[in-house]
Amino acid sequence: MLLIPCPYCGPRPELEFAYGGEGGIARPADPAALDDDAWGAFLYHRSNPRGMHVERWRHVHGCGRFFNARRDTVTDLFACSWKVGEAAP
Amino acid sequence: MQRFSGLAVALRRGAWGPQWRAPEPQAAYDAVIVGGGGHGLATAFHLARDHGMSRIAVLEKGWIGGGNTGRNTTIIRSNYLFEESSRLYDHAVKKWEALSQTLNYNVMFSQRGVLMLAHTVHDVQVFQRHVHANRLNGVDNEWLSAEEAKEFCPPLRISAGMRYPVLGAALQRRAGTARHDAVAWGYARAADALGVDIIQNCAVTGIVRDAAGAVEAVETTRGKIRTPKVGVVAAGNTSVVMAMAGVRMPLESYPLQALVSEPIKPVFPCVVMSNTIHAYISQSDKGELVIGAGTDAYISYSQRGALHVSTHTLEAICELFPDFRRMRMLRNWGGIVDVTPDRSPIIAKAPVKGLYVNCGWGTGGFKATPGSGHLFAWTMAKDEPHPINAPFTIERFRDGHLIDEAAAAAVAH
Ligand SMILES: Cc1cc2nc3c(=O)[nH]c(=O)nc-3n(C[C@H](O)[C@H](O)[C@H](O)COP(=O)(O)OP(=O)(O)OC[C@H]3O[C@@H](n4cnc5c(N)ncnc54)[C@H](O)[C@@H]3O)c2cc1C
Ligand SMILES: [Zn+2]
Repeated sequence: MLLIPCPYCGPRPELEFAYGGEGGIARPADPAALDDDAWGAFLYHRSNPRGMHVERWRHVHGCGRFFNARRDTVTDLFACSWKVGEAAP
Repeated sequence: MQRFSGLAVALRRGAWGPQWRAPEPQAAYDAVIVGGGGHGLATAFHLARDHGMSRIAVLEKGWIGGGNTGRNTTIIRSNYLFEESSRLYDHAVKKWEALSQTLNYNVMFSQRGVLMLAHTVHDVQVFQRHVHANRLNGVDNEWLSAEEAKEFCPPLRISAGMRYPVLGAALQRRAGTARHDAVAWGYARAADALGVDIIQNCAVTGIVRDAAGAVEAVETTRGKIRTPKVGVVAAGNTSVVMAMAGVRMPLESYPLQALVSEPIKPVFPCVVMSNTIHAYISQSDKGELVIGAGTDAYISYSQRGALHVSTHTLEAICELFPDFRRMRMLRNWGGIVDVTPDRSPIIAKAPVKGLYVNCGWGTGGFKATPGSGHLFAWTMAKDEPHPINAPFTIERFRDGHLIDEAAAAAVAH
């Protein structure tokens, strides 16, 4: 079980959290302007890297808030986490 | 190839010897398969046998079958919901039925039946819908009452006091299990006999493209190998390999776990799956109970899952089969499964000339191994899909033609 650093509450066990998928994927400002390739890529294509991954978590059984984190997908170690709206460290 | 038979066993003197060569990589091949799991080896076998291609290499970064092929719980069934999937998975089940003969290698395919338990009214409705859809598609599947399910699988508990009572079950009698290692070894031996070079400890580290963008070679830890056709069959590592050609995939890789108990005498006649309380179980010929757990919540390449995930499954197993409460587990492990947004695979041409990809089998591709190899070889050899795999493109995620098998696939297999 991971120990996840919530930027609001500190490190807490994984069971308190919901995973929110890859981070930094912004919904296009004008979806109607996108062609099918770009819209499909927005919806479904993911980096899925072997290494550092920027991802979202939600502390559902704690403060309830979303936040961002960077984790190594080979070791599962968290490098850092930050609040929504803050710049990535 | 030294053929196996009862007579060969009786007349044998001394050891059998290696069943496939360990060749040095050549400078060039007509086609290169990246990944020596069951799907990659089956693809090479069919390229050589059905399409007359003999200069083929399978490049495997570790040892053949060391990926998900050797880590899975070996459940084989074809009772998926949609027509496209019924065709795809039943094509494979038909090939399983003849596979030991096709390969002259005993893959121990055992059609002992797979029972999928319903615990809620919703489960009952969904499974009955599956039963009807399957039968319309010519795939066997039948509905059993709880009592009939217990008759088919005596260790099953169906008492009313359970937190998740068994309300009935869907049974596919043609479904069952096979020996995972034998599948990798059988395909390797048969492909090798047709001249395929199986090169282990050879990781692909780059995909080289010519000025027009077409594939021209792969970089590997054992040197550069020229080839006009590359088939990527790398399961959990597909996104990583495809990124070498600049292609982003609709995939996420998750750890999926399984565990086996201490071996005991035969007690468990079939396969039982419960998607709702998340457990699946069968007994291997060695006597171990083979138990499948869930995926972790997050993407990872760690090849091990969290303990709370397997604990959850063991609690479900103990609830369904109280006889097993005092058994000990011998080993647990994880594999990295590549999951698509609609839980259906991709067997297709990639958007790069000469590049093909067979992936997205997620938590349930072992069952498809013989069919997948046949169809992917066809696609690579003819540069166009076979009608059965034509719907399973990457572009379906652009065009909206998803084949949503989340209910049939769940995580359970
Ligand atoms: C715990 C668990 C239980 C499962 N249970 C079932 C089940 O009951 N029924 C079912 O149908 N399916 C099940 N599955 C899924 C099934 O195992 C897979 O879908 C299937 O085995 C995939 O086969 P493959 O040949 O594509 O992949 P693999 O066997 O994983 O082969 C891919 C190979 O590619 C190699 N590779 C990766 N990157 C490179 C590189 N850069 N260069 C060279 N080689 C590379 C890997 O080393 C690996 O050997 C389960 C999976 C797991 C993990
Ligand atoms: Zn918090």
